Amino acid sequence: MDMKRGYYEDVQLVTSPVVFFWLVVLLVTLLLFPFVVSNYYVYVANYIAINIIVAAGLNLLVGYTGQISLGHAGFFAIGAYGTVILMAKAGMPFLLALPCAGLVAAGFGFLLGLPALRLEGPYLAIATLGFGLTITQVIGRMTLFGGREGLHAPDLVIGPWAVDTDRQFYFLLIGMTVLLLLGMRSLIKTRVGRAFIAIRDADIAAQTMGVNIVFYKTLAFAVSAFYAGIGGGLYAFVLRFIEPEIFTLMMSIMFLAMVVVGGLGSLMGPVVGAGLLCWLDLKLRNILNIPFLGDWLETLSRSWFSITGVSNIQYIVFGSIMVAIMLFEPLGLYGVWLRTKQYWRTWPF
Amino acid sequence: MTSDFLTISNLFISFGGIKALQDISFSMAQGEIFSVIGPNGAGKTTLFNCISGLYRPDTGSIRFEGTAIEKKKPHAIARLGIARTFQNIELFSHMNTMENIMLGRHIHMGTGLFRGMFMWGRHSFAAREEIRHREHVERIIDLLELQNVRDFPVGALPYGTQKLIELARALALEPRLLLLDEPCAGMNQEEKQDMIFWIKDIQDDLGITILLIEHDMKLVMDISDRVLAINFGQPVTLGTPGAVQQNKEVRKAYIGEEEQDGPSAVG
Repeated sequence: MDMKRGYYEDVQLVTSPVVFFWLVVLLVTLLLFPFVVSNYYVYVANYIAINIIVAAGLNLLVGYTGQISLGHAGFFAIGAYGTVILMAKAGMPFLLALPCAGLVAAGFGFLLGLPALRLEGPYLAIATLGFGLTITQVIGRMTLFGGREGLHAPDLVIGPWAVDTDRQFYFLLIGMTVLLLLGMRSLIKTRVGRAFIAIRDADIAAQTMGVNIVFYKTLAFAVSAFYAGIGGGLYAFVLRFIEPEIFTLMMSIMFLAMVVVGGLGSLMGPVVGAGLLCWLDLKLRNILNIPFLGDWLETLSRSWFSITGVSNIQYIVFGSIMVAIMLFEPLGLYGVWLRTKQYWRTWPF
Repeated sequence: MTSDFLTISNLFISFGGIKALQDISFSMAQGEIFSVIGPNGAGKTTLFNCISGLYRPDTGSIRFEGTAIEKKKPHAIARLGIARTFQNIELFSHMNTMENIMLGRHIHMGTGLFRGMFMWGRHSFAAREEIRHREHVERIIDLLELQNVRDFPVGALPYGTQKLIELARALALEPRLLLLDEPCAGMNQEEKQDMIFWIKDIQDDLGITILLIEHDMKLVMDISDRVLAINFGQPVTLGTPGAVQQNKEVRKAYIGEEEQDGPSAVG
C-alpha cells in the first residue's frame, strides 16, 4: 500500500496517475461509444444510464442507510409525470422542469420517510410497497395526468440544441449520470454520508455522537427519491410516451434487485448491477432467437409448461441467474471486484 | 470546583413492573472522576442511558451545567458536550478507525447535503473541512496510540483496540462530560494499566469530567474521586473510595454475607 502524505488523499477521487489514466479512458470510451455502435445499442445505453441513476439513489437508502424501499417506481413515476407536466402545462424549460420534478419526488420521499422512522425491515418494505402502488392508482385516475391514456413527452429543446435522437439524448444522459454519481461519491465521503452509514451500523451510537437520526433517515429517503425522480424525468424522454402501467411493482423490485446484485453499500455496485440486469432483461426478451438454445427452450416449454410458458422463459432464466449470483457471491458483483483486486495486489502469492 | 456541573435528583425509571432506578440523586463537580459501582443488573447502565437521553426517566431531573436534559433527545445532549462509550461495543463496523473517530466530529462540522455533494477539489468547503477535522482526529489517534490501525475496518480489530476506538470517538466530540461504561471490561492487565493512565490523562490534561462504571475494584479505588454504590436500582452509599469500600452493605452486595474469616477488603 502506498504511504499517504495528506488527509485529502483519504477523500479525493483521483488518488494516483493510474486512477487518473483509467478515468480518462473511461470518459473517452463513453464519449466515443455512440459513434461506433448501432442505434439500438445507444438506446440500450440510455436505458441502462437511467437505471444506474435510480439504483445509485436506492443504494443510498438501502445500502448506506440500511432502510428499504419497494416503492421507488412511485418516485420514478412522480419524476416522469412531473417533468412532462411542468414542461407541457407550465411551459418550463427542460433543465428547470427536471430538477423541479426531482424535488417534488424528494418531497414525497420526505413524507414517506416519516412513517419509515417507526418501521423497520419487512414492515417498512410493505409500507413503501403500498406507496408505490398508490401512486400509480392516483396517476391512472386523474385527468391532469392523462389517466389511463397516458401523456406524450413534449419536444426536448435545450437552448439552441434540439435533442431529438437517442444519440443526442445519450450525451445529455451520460453527463447527468456522471454528475449524479460524482455527487453521490462525494456525499458518502463527507459528513452527511458518514452519518448515514453510522445509522446503518449502530444507530444508538450515532445518536449519542450527535447525529439526529430523524433528520438523517428522512433526508436519506428524500435524496434517494430525488435520484429516482431525476431518473423518471429522463425516462419520459427515452420512451417519449408515459402511462401508469409502466410504473409497476415489478419495476420497484427490479431497482432493488440491481442494488443487491451489484453490491449493497458500494459506489460501483449499482452501476454494474443496473448494467447487468438491464442488459439481461433486454437480451433475454429474444432468448428464443438464440440458435440451438432457443429451439431447445421452446421445445422444453411447449412440452412442460402451458402454451403461455414460452413468454415466461425469459423470467425463469433471469431469475435463475439472480439466484446464482446471490448464492455464489452474497456481496454481489462488487464482491467479485474486491476479490479480483485482492488477488492482483497479493499476486503472485 | 462547582458542584452544579451535573446534578441528578430523585431519578425514577421502571420498565413494566421492574423498578430499574429508584430515587437516585447525586451531583458531580467539574473535573472529578466519579464512579458508579454495583452488581450486575443494579441499574448502572440504565443510569447512563438516562443521562445520554436514550431512556426518558419517569420522574426526577437531570441538569447539566444548569440545563434540564432529562427530556432532550440523545443528539441534542451530545451537542451540549456529553459523550459516552458503551459496555457492549457500538462501533460502526464497516468504517475504518479514522472514519469512526471522524463521526465524533459530526457536531463540530458544517458540511451539509449540498456542500457534501460538491466536494470538487481540495479547496472546496467540504474538502477543507475534512482535512481540518482529520488533523484533529490524528491528534487523538496519536494520544491513544492507534496509528497502526488507522485505515483498518474496525469490525476485524481485537476487542481491546475496539474499546480504545470507542474512547477515541467519544473524545473527538470534545466533551466536557465523558461517560465511560466499563472501559476495562475484557481487557488484560497490561491493557487495563494503559487504560487507567489514559483516563487520568483525560482528566488532568484535557480537563474532562468523567463518570465511570467499572467492575474492577482496584481501578475504581485507584482513580475515583468519589464513588456511588447502587444495588437493585437504589442508592446504597456515596462517598470517597475508602469510605465506600468499608461500607457494610457494599461488601454484602459484592461478596455476600460477611463470614467470620471473610476477606478483609473488597476486591
